[in-house]
Amino acid sequence: MSEQGSCGSGCGCSGDGGGGGGLSRRTVLKAAGATLGAAAFAHAVAPLTEWAADLSMDEFLQKHYRELTPDQLTQVLERIENDTREQYGREVNVRALPPQEGVSFGYALNLSICVGCRRCAEACHEENNHDRDSHQSYIRVFELSKGSIDFAKGDPSYDHPVPQDDKYYMPVQCQQCDNPPCVSVCPVEATWKEPDGIVVVDYNWCIGCRYCEAACPYHARRFNWKAPEIPAEDINPDQGYLSNRVRQAGVMEKCTFCLHRTRDGRMPACLEACPTGARVFGNMLDPDSEIRWVLANKRVFVLKEELGTRPRFFYFFDE
Amino acid sequence: MFGLVNAVLCAALLSLAGCNGTGPAPVPGPNPDAAEYSVTIQAPPPAAGIATGLQDHSGQAVTAACASCHSTKLPDTSTRRGEDLDQFHHGLQMAHGDRSCLSCHNADDYNSLRLADGTSVAFAESMQLCAQCHGPQFRDYKHGSHGGMTGYWDLTRGARTRNHCMSCHDPHAPAFPTLRPLPPPPDAVRHEENSHE
Repeated sequence: MSEQGSCGSGCGCSGDGGGGGGLSRRTVLKAAGATLGAAAFAHAVAPLTEWAADLSMDEFLQKHYRELTPDQLTQVLERIENDTREQYGREVNVRALPPQEGVSFGYALNLSICVGCRRCAEACHEENNHDRDSHQSYIRVFELSKGSIDFAKGDPSYDHPVPQDDKYYMPVQCQQCDNPPCVSVCPVEATWKEPDGIVVVDYNWCIGCRYCEAACPYHARRFNWKAPEIPAEDINPDQGYLSNRVRQAGVMEKCTFCLHRTRDGRMPACLEACPTGARVFGNMLDPDSEIRWVLANKRVFVLKEELGTRPRFFYFFDE
Repeated sequence: MFGLVNAVLCAALLSLAGCNGTGPAPVPGPNPDAAEYSVTIQAPPPAAGIATGLQDHSGQAVTAACASCHSTKLPDTSTRRGEDLDQFHHGLQMAHGDRSCLSCHNADDYNSLRLADGTSVAFAESMQLCAQCHGPQFRDYKHGSHGGMTGYWDLTRGARTRNHCMSCHDPHAPAFPTLRPLPPPPDAVRHEENSHE
């Protein structure tokens, strides 16, 4: 099609580089440019290939949780169970329990009878398959001076017999806000609010930017700096896709009111561990529920109400 | 043709940016008319008698029924403090306001307890006795905001077990005991603040 001897770029030159018989300067530059370009590209994507080394193609191509068809979801759950068996040596059951119609979860905590024993934080640690090494938990218990309500001035690291006479104790975990700042800041919609009020994370969609951690006024979100280390026998095999399955490194996680338990009708692990009964959990749409009685009869308040986050976690005093 | 390409591009961009799905559809919730599972209150420690300090041939502690002594012994109403007791009750620590023994124990029948109005109450029903003075706590207990529990929030799907007053409160010294707290989780906020200094 083109004239004999044309260089092909439409410039009309003879194409043999001035009759030298060897490579033209243009050809050399093109080849050098292409080589450099390829090298630069390889270098640029190197972190990606390294990161993907322990990531299967199925996992890489997995769709967002809310776009999975029932069949795809079944396959994903099976894959996670297999991965956990391979990596941790434990048979687990990962479920994706859907929200229930007519159920909207609420949680209340009686500050008058909380003794600060941290049984709740420990139960969370065990229930939610947290890293044993760092002793992670979604619950921090603050020791506060009586007369003060500012938990930023509280001490979450106390280590002495409790309760102290001049102190009270305030456990803080995810408040499952109805106007959650952590959800609005997520650039990839990896976190959202479920119809029953629980704010969840798709750990397979999260890119680990930690915007949500910065946005949360309650410091309720945690980042997995490394994959959790848990002995096989300590792994809780009753797992949920959106809750306590073993998380991978580099993703955010948070309290989900133990949705793998609560969507099954059971109490959250932190409530069952509480020796005093300071924790009240239930369906806010059921007028006969314990949580509704507390909301109707106790003087409840929420943390940092002025921020407009509208928490579903309430605090109250008896007197 | 262009429309199709555009649609494919849009779908690709959207799938990168986030998701269009709504997730698995909600399932029907609790049926308010469904039968409910039971709520069991943990049995209080049995008060079948008093330890004698003796053991039978199989090594079991021998207890004496309250009435063994109290059916013939007249109550001494001047005894109000645990330290004043001798014999079998020696060393009993009493720290329950200004209650005396016979505020709760039934002088007419030591195998049972007694309400303030004189009604006899079995040991197994002792929560009634607590409730006559601790009304607000009993009210809160009845509404699930006092006293530990395990089991199901949704009683149409499973049963629940609740603590008894005496699971946490010794009737002779009812203050909740001081505990050693479990170790805290890492304090990420403060740790990071300190590392910036």
